[in-house]
Amino acid sequence: MSDQPLNTVGKSELRRDGLSHVTGKTQYIDDIQFPDMLYLKMVRSPLHHARILGIDFSEAEKVPGFVRAFTYKDVPKNLYTILCLIGVGPDEEPVLAEKEVLYKGEQIAAIVAQSEEAAIEAAARVKVDLEELPAVFDVEEALKPGAPILKPWGTNYFVYEGHPFRRVRYGNIEQGFTQADYIVEGCYEPKPIEHAPLETTGCVAKPEANGRITVYTNTQALYFSMDNTALILNVPFNKLHFVGGTVGGGFGGKVDVIVEPIAALAAMHTGHPVKYLYTREEEFHVSSTRVAYRIYFKDGVSKDGHIVARQVTSYADSGAYNRHTPYAVTKHAANISGPYDIPNVHIDAHCVYTNRVPTSAMRGFGVTSASFATELQMDKIARKVGMDPFEIRLLNAYRNGDMRPYQKVVGDATLVEVIQSAADMAHHPLGERFQAMNSWDRANSPARPEPVSAQKES
Amino acid sequence: MAKLKGTGISSVNYPTGMNLGGDPTQALIHMTTTGTFVISLASCDLGQGLKTVLAQIGAESLGVPFENVLIDTGDTDTGPHCMGTFASRTTHRAGNAIIMAAQEARKTMLEIAADELEARPEDMETDGQGFVRVKGSPDRKIHLVNLALAGHFKYGKTVAGRGIFFKPNLGIDPETGKMDPDSTEAHACVVAEVEVDTETGEVKVLKLQSVYEIGRQVNPKLVEGQIKGGSVMGLGHALYESTEPYYPSPEHRPGGFFEYILPLAPDVPEMEIRVLEFPSQNGPYGVKGFGEMTANAPIPAIVNAINNALGTEIATHPVTPEVVLKALDAKQSKS
Repeated sequence: MSDQPLNTVGKSELRRDGLSHVTGKTQYIDDIQFPDMLYLKMVRSPLHHARILGIDFSEAEKVPGFVRAFTYKDVPKNLYTILCLIGVGPDEEPVLAEKEVLYKGEQIAAIVAQSEEAAIEAAARVKVDLEELPAVFDVEEALKPGAPILKPWGTNYFVYEGHPFRRVRYGNIEQGFTQADYIVEGCYEPKPIEHAPLETTGCVAKPEANGRITVYTNTQALYFSMDNTALILNVPFNKLHFVGGTVGGGFGGKVDVIVEPIAALAAMHTGHPVKYLYTREEEFHVSSTRVAYRIYFKDGVSKDGHIVARQVTSYADSGAYNRHTPYAVTKHAANISGPYDIPNVHIDAHCVYTNRVPTSAMRGFGVTSASFATELQMDKIARKVGMDPFEIRLLNAYRNGDMRPYQKVVGDATLVEVIQSAADMAHHPLGERFQAMNSWDRANSPARPEPVSAQKES
Repeated sequence: MAKLKGTGISSVNYPTGMNLGGDPTQALIHMTTTGTFVISLASCDLGQGLKTVLAQIGAESLGVPFENVLIDTGDTDTGPHCMGTFASRTTHRAGNAIIMAAQEARKTMLEIAADELEARPEDMETDGQGFVRVKGSPDRKIHLVNLALAGHFKYGKTVAGRGIFFKPNLGIDPETGKMDPDSTEAHACVVAEVEVDTETGEVKVLKLQSVYEIGRQVNPKLVEGQIKGGSVMGLGHALYESTEPYYPSPEHRPGGFFEYILPLAPDVPEMEIRVLEFPSQNGPYGVKGFGEMTANAPIPAIVNAINNALGTEIATHPVTPEVVLKALDAKQSKS
């Protein structure tokens, strides 16, 4: 990059696909039609936790237009974990349920038919014989002795390299508490949330004459979805061809790999294009949600408002399966001490399984909950020590050169500047000492760079 | 019973890129004989304007007009690997990959221009208007179309480049949690003003004042759109939205937009936005990822404002009228 003034970066060029979106010209998955296309609908669990005793397709097969039913026996590698591609395991979610269902709405069998109506009708006529089992919905109840155990490894939590939770240890937490004048505790509970994209999750899988399968999909991650699909179908990666790149709203909801493997399997077996597109109700009831958390804070605070110790015990509700939540919990653990410089930090972040629809990635991945909890806790601390909410944040804000609890030196911090600017915008007066602060004011801070606006003015 | 006003703030960070890294993205650039640069990717546009922003970074790093750059993405047969559009990563990752590819393509472009203009490659410069010219002699110049034709038909040269951004995954120490969870950090501070009806429990957000520091803005209008859209999404999270309103009970799950309430036009508050730019150490032109965080920052600011208005300690979201009325009851029974 040169020192020359920028030509295009920094300009509000007109968004290239904007007109197409707002005039309805953009092609989404539901717009894709092929003359011989089949429709896929799921038979789903009506119970939160049950043993599958049998499935009877005989009435479904009588529906005009019925083509085929699929069960787990048809899926070459039925057990998977999306994040196996980055080494997260073990495989624990079935594409189609085998002996047991762990949440209401879980996929048991796929029905493929010549029309959407026939697929819905046939799926409704499938009789699944279920024996209801006790279910658990509360993250702390799930960890108590006597709770129904959901995982083959004998616990209801994800194991982090031998530990029952993700740990962050920095400084000396007990010593930190002895230095505190106040102990401020809190419990924060953000609830699960739906991504609510305009375009529901879906794909069309089309067999080609050359033996490959083209999958038109609204995934947020083409290779990620394709690689997982190839592993589940046990086919070479290059047998698949994924086409997409224009997504009608994602927010993290379209990085689970749920629709593509089963649609591609059905296309391979029937020789027809197969569409599997969630209804709005499926999007709400069976697609992953934002992770719900229960987060306990115990902070040691000095009279002058410095946070000297922070102990957090956090429970993430993964729902019935991993999806992306074990990874989100690590990111949560990295961020739950907030953008503040705290010398003693002790984090236990649990990833817990319950009989709930799986939770997964959503905009803010592990950090939305962290920001919610830390910022409510900051106000609680401010009230306890009698400080202004802007000033207590400025006092504790991390600076460039500080060490984070995960042992990385801060390099691009500007928290002080955004707080000062917001106070200015809101006409909120700050004490002189707080106006004089900046993100490069530690003895070991690097030199303060020039902001872009100053570069433009010069 | 009254309508009470309150103010609340939040100040937050957001990391760019997948936690721990290990999330590469590639870009390939080639110039066609029309004088157009095609940037081949497999990244997905979720509606945030990725195809536009990446074309701007491509044009800037090649030194050519925005109109001369096309983004070709969304096909695994033609686009090189991208980990995916998530983790506020794609402008940072794909942007860096594009700059790397552009440097290679630009080198050949300047060599061809030098041959055509009978000058040395190191004396060539782009004018950003569609010409390559000799430094100090602005009249000695060649248009991109002529340059592309000469490269192909006269010199037998391809103008192309390959780029990748790769931050290795260095893992995590399971005992201490030592890790490298970001490439850079964007920051925000949001001030919320609310009015709470203590009879109905309804909350109205009157104003959101937002300051974001995002390294460098590639496209200020799209930045503004992202902040406004994220603010409204955050408002919905703060006040209305949950798939399980009585969590942890799984009962009463909404199944459509009549039951699952999203913010609508009348709920959109007055918004004031300010963007600061301190270029990051490793982003393309100093960019930081900020897509996700615009929905994070408003939530605690709004809930803090509600608690400020009522003197309550609500610690969940969404703060529905039921949550407000229960918190007021709890406060009353305490006093």
